[in-house]
Amino acid sequence: MTTANPDLPLNHRPGHIKHDGHNLTGFIIFLCSESIIFLAFFSGFALLKISSPEWLPEGVEGLETRLPLINTVILVSSSFVAYFAERYLHKENLWGFRALWLLTMAMGAYFVYGQYVEWSNLPFSLTSGVFGGTFYLLTGFHGLHVITGILLMSLMLYRSFLPNNYAKGEMGVTSVSLFWHFVDVIWIILYLLIYVWQRTT
Amino acid sequence: MTTTNYDPRVLKAQHPVPGAPDNWKRFFTFNTDAKVIGIQYMALALFFLLVGGLLAMVMRGELITPPADLVDPTVYNGLYTMHGTVMLFLFLFPILNGFNNLLIPTMIGAPDMAFPKVNAAAFWLVPVFGVVLMASFFVPGGPASAGWWSYPPISIQNPLGHFINGQFLWILAVALSGISSIMGAINFVTTIIRMRAPGMGFFRMPVFIWTAWAAQTLQLIGLPALTGGAIMLLFDLSFGTSFFRPEGGGDPVLYQHFFWFYSHPAVYVMVLPVFGIFSELITVYSRKPLFGYKFVALASFVITFLGLIVWVHHMFYSGTPQWMRNIFIVTTMLIAVPTGVKVFAWLATLWGGKIRLTTPMLFVLGGLVNFILGGITGIMLGTAPVDIHVGNTYFVVAHFHYVIFNTIGFGIFAGIYHWFPKFTGRMYYEGLGKVHFVLTFIGATLNWLPLHWAGLYGMPRRVASYDPEFAIWNVIASIGAFLVGVAAIPFILNIVSSWARGAKAPPNPWNAIGLEWLLPSPPPSENFEDDVPTVISAPYGYGMGQPLVEDEEYYVRRALEA
Repeated sequence: MTTANPDLPLNHRPGHIKHDGHNLTGFIIFLCSESIIFLAFFSGFALLKISSPEWLPEGVEGLETRLPLINTVILVSSSFVAYFAERYLHKENLWGFRALWLLTMAMGAYFVYGQYVEWSNLPFSLTSGVFGGTFYLLTGFHGLHVITGILLMSLMLYRSFLPNNYAKGEMGVTSVSLFWHFVDVIWIILYLLIYVWQRTT
Repeated sequence: MTTTNYDPRVLKAQHPVPGAPDNWKRFFTFNTDAKVIGIQYMALALFFLLVGGLLAMVMRGELITPPADLVDPTVYNGLYTMHGTVMLFLFLFPILNGFNNLLIPTMIGAPDMAFPKVNAAAFWLVPVFGVVLMASFFVPGGPASAGWWSYPPISIQNPLGHFINGQFLWILAVALSGISSIMGAINFVTTIIRMRAPGMGFFRMPVFIWTAWAAQTLQLIGLPALTGGAIMLLFDLSFGTSFFRPEGGGDPVLYQHFFWFYSHPAVYVMVLPVFGIFSELITVYSRKPLFGYKFVALASFVITFLGLIVWVHHMFYSGTPQWMRNIFIVTTMLIAVPTGVKVFAWLATLWGGKIRLTTPMLFVLGGLVNFILGGITGIMLGTAPVDIHVGNTYFVVAHFHYVIFNTIGFGIFAGIYHWFPKFTGRMYYEGLGKVHFVLTFIGATLNWLPLHWAGLYGMPRRVASYDPEFAIWNVIASIGAFLVGVAAIPFILNIVSSWARGAKAPPNPWNAIGLEWLLPSPPPSENFEDDVPTVISAPYGYGMGQPLVEDEEYYVRRALEA
C-alpha cells in the first residue's frame, strides 16, 4: 500500500503523551530547589555565629522565646489542620474543607501578626551587625513564604466555589498544602537555630 | 489495519511550522511552543555572544601593548566583569536552554514542555535582565567592575552613593537570571521524567537527555545558593547590613562559599549538555554505537554529585585551612574519573568508525582535543600547590577559556550545525561552515595556548597594563582573538543566508538514529501529535540493523510526505 495518500497504513498502536497533570511533579521539584536557599541561609547563619567574635550587638541580651514559642505551636498545629482539610476534600465534604482551610489561613495570619509584634518590640535592627542582619533576613524571608502560602490558600479557597472545580482532582490543594508543610518544617529548623541555640557563644 | 486522520497539509495550514522563517513575527511574541522558544533563546544568545565578543575584542586590543593606552584601567575593570557576565548569563545559559527546548521534546517524543507558559515566561526574563545588565553601562560610576565573581569587599563599595549603581544592577540581573534558570530547570526535569515516549526507559534515552537532566539537576541544587548569597550581597551593598563586612562581624569568605557552591557546578551545567552533543554527534558521524552507553549516561550524574563537593578548590588561597584543602584536592581529582570515562568512550567510538568530516564533526573533534588540554590544566589547578602558585594568573584564564570556549563553544557550534537542518528545514553551506571551523580553531589556539606561558611566568589576570616581558604572548593572543572575531562573519553569513534561501533539508540528512530524525524538517508544532512512536531498542544502533521504533518505515514515510 505505498501510495502518496497521507492516510498511511498503521502497523502499530499510536502512543499518547499526556500534556497536563504534571503540576505536582513540577511543584515538588520546585520545593526541593527552594529548600536549598534556606539551607544556604541556615549554613551561613551557623558559620557566622560560630566564627563571629562578638555575636550579640551592644545592649542586646538575647532573644525573648515565649512569644515565638506560641507562634511555633500555632504554625505547627496549622499544618495538621491543613492535613484534615485535605482529608475532607478527599471525602468530598466541601464545607468541611472550606472551614478547616480557612482556619489554617487564620492560624497562618496569626503567625504573621505575632511576628510583626515581635519585630516591632526588638531593640536591634537590620543593620545591627551580623546578628541583626541574619535575624531579620531569616525570619523575614520565612515570613514572605508564610504570606505567599496564605495568598495561595485563599486562591484555592476561591476556586473551591467554582462549580465542579474539584471533580477532576485537587492537585492545586495538594501542592499548596505541601508548600504549607514545607514552610512549617523550615520554621522548626529556624526556631531551633535562632531561638533555642542562643547560649553556646 | 487502521488508518490515521493525520494529514500533513491540513496540519500545516492550522499551525505554522515553528522553525521555518516564514511568519517571523511570532518570534517576537509570548509564544508557548518549545521550538519557537528554542529558536528565540538561540537567536538572543547569539546576539549576546556578539556583545560579549565585542567587549573581549576591546580588551584584547588594550592588551596588545603593555601600557594601558586604549582604555582606562577603570573601564577595563568594567569590561572584563561585563564580558564574563554576558558570556555566562546571556550567551551560554540561554543558548543551552535553546538546545534543551529544541531537543528535549523532540528526542523523547513529547509534544511540548510540561509547562509551556512557564517556559515562555522563563525565556522572556532573559531579554529583561539583558536590558538591566546593559543599562548598567549608562548609570553614574559605570557598570559593575568587581569581576564576574563580585567578591566583597570590592563589590560592596559604593563610592558615589547612588542607590542604583552598576553593582546593584548586576546583582538584580543575576537574580533574574537565576529565577529564569530555575523555571527552565523545573520544566526540563519534569518533562524528562514524565513525558517520554512509550517504551523509552531511562536506559533508552539519548545521552543528550541524560546530560541535560544531570545539568538541570545541578541548576536546581546550586542556583538557590547563589541567589541566597546574592540577596545578602545586595543587602550589604544597598541596606547597610554586614553579612560580608568584617567590621560588622561579617565574613567576606562566606560569600565565596555561596558563590562557588553554585559557580563551580555552573561549569558542569554548561559542559554536560556539550558532552551530550559530543556523544550524539560522534556516533552519527562515525557510524558506530556509543561505546559503553550506560557508563557514559551514568557518568553524567556522577559528575553532578562530585561537582557539588569541589567548590573550595577556587578558594585554596582564601585562608582555607590545609585539612580542608586536602579534602577538596581529592574530590577535584575524582572528577577526572567520570570525565575520563566519557572521553575514553568517545575515543573508543571513533576507533575504527567510518568517520565523516562534516562541519559539526570537525567542531566536535576540535572541541575534544581542546577539552583534553583544558582538562589536564584543570587537574593541575586542582592541586593546591600549583594553584597557589598560578592562581589569579593568565594560566587560570587560559584553562578556563580552553574549557568554556574551546570545548563548550565548539560543542555549541557543532550542535547548531548538526541540528540546523532539522529545526529550520534548510541545509547550511558546508564550505562556509568549514571556513568558520578553521578560522575558529586557529584563532582560539593562538589566543589561549600562549596565555598558559604568560600565566606560568607570572602575568596577573584582570590588569590593564603588564610588564613588557609578557608582550610577545599577548600579541599572539590578540591576533588569535581577532581571528575568532573574524570567524563570526562566515558563521552569521551561513546561518542567515541558508535559513532564508538554503536547500530544503530532508527529514534525516545525516542518516542519524533518534526520534527527532523521524519528524519532518522542520517538525510540526506538536511533534508527533497523537501518534507517538513506541521505542523498542537502545539508542545509537548504528550498523546493528535494528529499528529504533515500532513500525519505523511508517514514521519515515510520514516524515517524508509532510
